[in-house]
Amino acid sequence: MAVETTSRSASVTEGGVKDAAGGHGRGTAKKSEGTGRLRRALARHWYAWAMVAPVVLVIGVIIGYPLVRGAYLSLTDADEANVARTIGVNHIPATYHFTGLDNYVAILSDSVFWDRLGWTVVWTTGCVSVTFGLGLTLAVMLNRRFAGRSFYRVAMIVPWGIPAFVSVFAWKMLFNEKNGLLNKVLDGGGVDAVPWLGDPVWAKVAVIGVNVWLGVPFMIVAMLGALQGIPGELYEAAEMDGAGPWQRFRNITLPGVRTVSSTVVLLSTIWTFNMFPVIYLLTKGGPEDSTEILVTYAFRLSFVNSPRDFATSAAWGVLILVLLSLFTVVYRRALRRQGEVW
Amino acid sequence: MRSEPRKRGERSPLAAFGLHAGLLAATVVALFPPLWLLVTSFKPKSESFSAALVKNFTVDNYSHVVADTYFLTWFANSLVVVVGTTLIGVFIAATTGYAISRFRFPGMRPLIWVLLITQMFPMAVLIVPLYNTLAAMGLLNQPVGLVITYLTVAVPFCAWMMKGFFDTIPVDIDESGRVDGLNPFGTFWRLVLPLARPGLAVTGFYTFVTAWAEVAYATAFMTGEENLTLAGGLQTFVNRYGADWGSMTAAAVIIAVPAAVVFAFAQRHLVAGLTAGATKS
Repeated sequence: MAVETTSRSASVTEGGVKDAAGGHGRGTAKKSEGTGRLRRALARHWYAWAMVAPVVLVIGVIIGYPLVRGAYLSLTDADEANVARTIGVNHIPATYHFTGLDNYVAILSDSVFWDRLGWTVVWTTGCVSVTFGLGLTLAVMLNRRFAGRSFYRVAMIVPWGIPAFVSVFAWKMLFNEKNGLLNKVLDGGGVDAVPWLGDPVWAKVAVIGVNVWLGVPFMIVAMLGALQGIPGELYEAAEMDGAGPWQRFRNITLPGVRTVSSTVVLLSTIWTFNMFPVIYLLTKGGPEDSTEILVTYAFRLSFVNSPRDFATSAAWGVLILVLLSLFTVVYRRALRRQGEVW
Repeated sequence: MRSEPRKRGERSPLAAFGLHAGLLAATVVALFPPLWLLVTSFKPKSESFSAALVKNFTVDNYSHVVADTYFLTWFANSLVVVVGTTLIGVFIAATTGYAISRFRFPGMRPLIWVLLITQMFPMAVLIVPLYNTLAAMGLLNQPVGLVITYLTVAVPFCAWMMKGFFDTIPVDIDESGRVDGLNPFGTFWRLVLPLARPGLAVTGFYTFVTAWAEVAYATAFMTGEENLTLAGGLQTFVNRYGADWGSMTAAAVIIAVPAAVVFAFAQRHLVAGLTAGATKS
């Protein structure tokens, strides 16, 4: 699978040459035939190629190459002690070895990976479904004419405009077990202090809550856009026919926002799956690894743990990419079966 | 007041009350944490956790953060990284977006696919090899290293978004340029790019906000107090060795303000760009 993905990115550069040789270019100029196709294709397309060249270069050098190298590292035993490094003026060459699929076997036969995967799935579905539900509800509420509407709209978008790591620290302060405001309020109501970030279950609730808080504004804005695209006559006609509010919601609103929702849900699933700052900054994966998702665990293997285990971390990275690709393919196929256009 | 039956689209008082109550609750939840951050930043350190509003107003936290910590260095580091990423990223994304939008050329479809796919690359798959590569090139702890890294995040997305903006500019304009004897680069540079200025602004804003808020790469690649960017720096106030919540809140407010201002300009266009890119192709 790793090889498959890399060959896909390599095809950017190859694709140009291959297609040119086949003469498939549909340009504004006349189709060229005969010998010297490559040269003619170059003459016709050189400005387009020149314009995309920087991006192809960037993608090839700083995404493609690291990807290939990451896939290779995942098949070795590279760690802090045997990679190439420079200490003072001495350059120490790399001494790690190719070990085949050993890392993958070790990861997949260890319960740590499956535990983290299980929680990552819970985390992703939990966050996305709550965020989507809240976002759609609030968007429907905002999609009417009433006094104060623009105030609510602006106020609710605020969490989106603040860097996530800043908001996470704000929440960390509110969640503080001994002195945090949340527990003080609960105390005022006679409820015992809740160990927000100290108890595995509460910590999970807390990280999901913060991530939902961060994600809802985007949902609201996206769904508002979708709602405004539904023609008002549909609602009028339905009301004439005696459809109640719930029926109108189910039969007009929901189908009307489907295209946008499928895109937005896919995007937000990928974002949540890869959401690093919330968990890393709020709980550091604790208590006792309970909130560690795949991405934060891979990060920990190579940048927090000692000694740093680059090979295993790279293997986790590849596995994460495989999972995401699988999800995207399955999701798109499921949508297509239901007659979605894209 | 009125006795005639309710018109279509009007609400009963109860429904109106429910609507406002729900929205008000959501607004409070949305606004409270950042507001509390702001409030706390003006309290003396000893009262950081008091539940009351500001009793003894002070700007000590701010003067402490600015004068006695590396905060200004972090701010400068972040600024260099973010401005570098934005300028380079937006420029090369614009040329690519234009090429994809206007020309049919061999290699275009694979390129479009790669742009889409790389957007969902998790940082976890690139971070280790990038770290090793940067280490080998001596670019760890250098803003340049972080600029290169952020281009991996910014370029695919920006190119995709710019394509969407160029699609909305009529092709007639390109043609008139060609009639007037401009070559494709001239058309792009003199005619189309000025018209795409809103698109450039939004892509720039997006890159700015993303790079400003990035945590993982910044944490991994930048070490040593004087090399940190803001994302790394803020973590130093509250860590396992102790918590200086007063300084943290003041720093957080200073970090959030530029991002919020930039965001306020761009937010209306962001979603259009995001979802348009995914539905059109």
